[in-house]
Amino acid sequence: MTSAVAQADAPVLQQARGRRSSLTRSRLRSAWLFIAPSLIILALIAGWPLARTIWFSFTDADLNNLSDYEFIGFENYLASYDGEWLGLLTDPDWWQSVWNTVWFTLVSVSIETVLGIVVALILNAAFPGRGLMRAIILIPWAIPTIVSAKMWNWMLHDQFGVINDMLLRVGLIAAPVTWTANADTALWAAVAVDVWKHTSFMALLILAALQMLPQDIYEAAKVDGVSPTRVFFRITLPLIKPALLVAVIFRSLDALRVFDLIYVLTSNSRDTASMSIYARQQLVDFQEVGLGSAASTLIFLIIALIVVITLAAGRVRLGEDPR
Amino acid sequence: MKILPRIGFWLLVILIGVFALFPLYYAIISSFRSGAALFTIAYLPERFDVSNYIAVFDRQPFGQNILNSIIVAGSVVAISLSLGMTAAYAFGRIAFRGRALLLMTILAVSMFPQVAVLSGMFELIRSLGLYNTLPGLILANLMLTLPFTIWVLTTFMRELPKEIEEAAFVDGATPWIVVRRVFLPLMAPAAVTTGLLAFIVSWNEFLFALTFTLTNERRTVPPAIALMTGSTAYELPWGTIMAASVIVTVPIIGLVLVFQRKIVAGLTAGAVKG
Repeated sequence: MTSAVAQADAPVLQQARGRRSSLTRSRLRSAWLFIAPSLIILALIAGWPLARTIWFSFTDADLNNLSDYEFIGFENYLASYDGEWLGLLTDPDWWQSVWNTVWFTLVSVSIETVLGIVVALILNAAFPGRGLMRAIILIPWAIPTIVSAKMWNWMLHDQFGVINDMLLRVGLIAAPVTWTANADTALWAAVAVDVWKHTSFMALLILAALQMLPQDIYEAAKVDGVSPTRVFFRITLPLIKPALLVAVIFRSLDALRVFDLIYVLTSNSRDTASMSIYARQQLVDFQEVGLGSAASTLIFLIIALIVVITLAAGRVRLGEDPR
Repeated sequence: MKILPRIGFWLLVILIGVFALFPLYYAIISSFRSGAALFTIAYLPERFDVSNYIAVFDRQPFGQNILNSIIVAGSVVAISLSLGMTAAYAFGRIAFRGRALLLMTILAVSMFPQVAVLSGMFELIRSLGLYNTLPGLILANLMLTLPFTIWVLTTFMRELPKEIEEAAFVDGATPWIVVRRVFLPLMAPAAVTTGLLAFIVSWNEFLFALTFTLTNERRTVPPAIALMTGSTAYELPWGTIMAASVIVTVPIIGLVLVFQRKIVAGLTAGAVKG
């Protein structure tokens, strides 16, 4: 169909005035034709639902009857009834979930970054079995999150779990720990699974950056007798910093919207809920589309803000770069 | 002097390998133990009891769940690739006004938190009559796969030399023919890479699948595993869950091992070069 349109247009285009050749014109036209289907689909399944979610956050919509709702302004976010403040921003559960998510993101991404650098440095060295090793670290990444959560749930089982057994044998704990049911340890358990699953992603991105580094600097450093630690902090780290930054941003954005891992691992407990879990709970379990959408909108704004800040910071840093 | 760092290096390699593989290994040996044996801890496989594997398909429509996952992931890959390929041609090869802005917008969509569109998507899917159907899930999953498919394919498309299409245009080919005859064969490796990534994303997707399906027969694998219950509400059928986990993980691991290099290329093309 597209080719027929392009061919039919050709004679008309040839007569068209302007500096651009007919070929360029027909290509420009086809560019929009080629992009249109994707844009329409994305507008339908991403743009429109996002707009509707933001709109719902200003209404009292109910999941059972989404067509019958009233505009209530900012009441889902913050409202005052007889001097008493209500709404999302006054809900301690919401702030608990915000804190959980931020804590989870900071801790897991930090650990993943450090471990990712270590793994990448190892994979960058030449040793027999390197290809096999790279395949092995990809396995946790490929396992569905639900499955990983269930596997770890079983390993962390308080009575029959292998992790309690190991720690008891080594003598690190005196009695079995209820890892996933206890709010203090459950988020650490989530961090452990996330690190297990996502360190390889970090490592592979860093490895790609490592492999693009010029080798002559390292030879020069070797000739000058610079210690390996110094080489790493003075040469390698600054050079891979841009790639590292990208990897950290990608992982952080991913961790900030965490849902399935915590949902399955800690069996939907309020103390360990993430922002996404809180929003879905309001939306689906309590049928409060207005409140749930308000939470969703805030999550969107938080993540959008972080994207804008990091993009801006990255640009500034690039501008300052003297090289 | 040199032997000590070498030993340390290999110990580290082994440690990473064990850390990466142990949970899967433990799931596999657990899946072959059932009854009371499951509740004693074993580090080595000592029996080969397949009753868990029979129970998975016996107690719930797990075969149907797997089929659903294959249908959804397969359709998502096919649609993402065909839409993504044409869009990537335009983004990668034609300099039109607003290109950079559009690409940034598409990248921004891939950073959307899924939950941000949840209520709007719920309304959309229900109004289209697709609630609790596989097409509904396919539509929703496209939001996750289409943006990065376009993005990764565009970076691959840009790397192809310029002369390729010029020769074709001189010979009088239309853009559509150029895409189909010239770029499609050249982009086949990139398509395999992005297709695999899209497949894995869709195969692993949980939030949409949990929210937009209602009945056991319509569920894909992740919610089916997450919602597996035992004979009583307080006792989870760990053996069955482990068997189900192994069943759905082994094909994915096979894919990863076979296409390891391609997947790594796709992951890094999406992030580093972007």
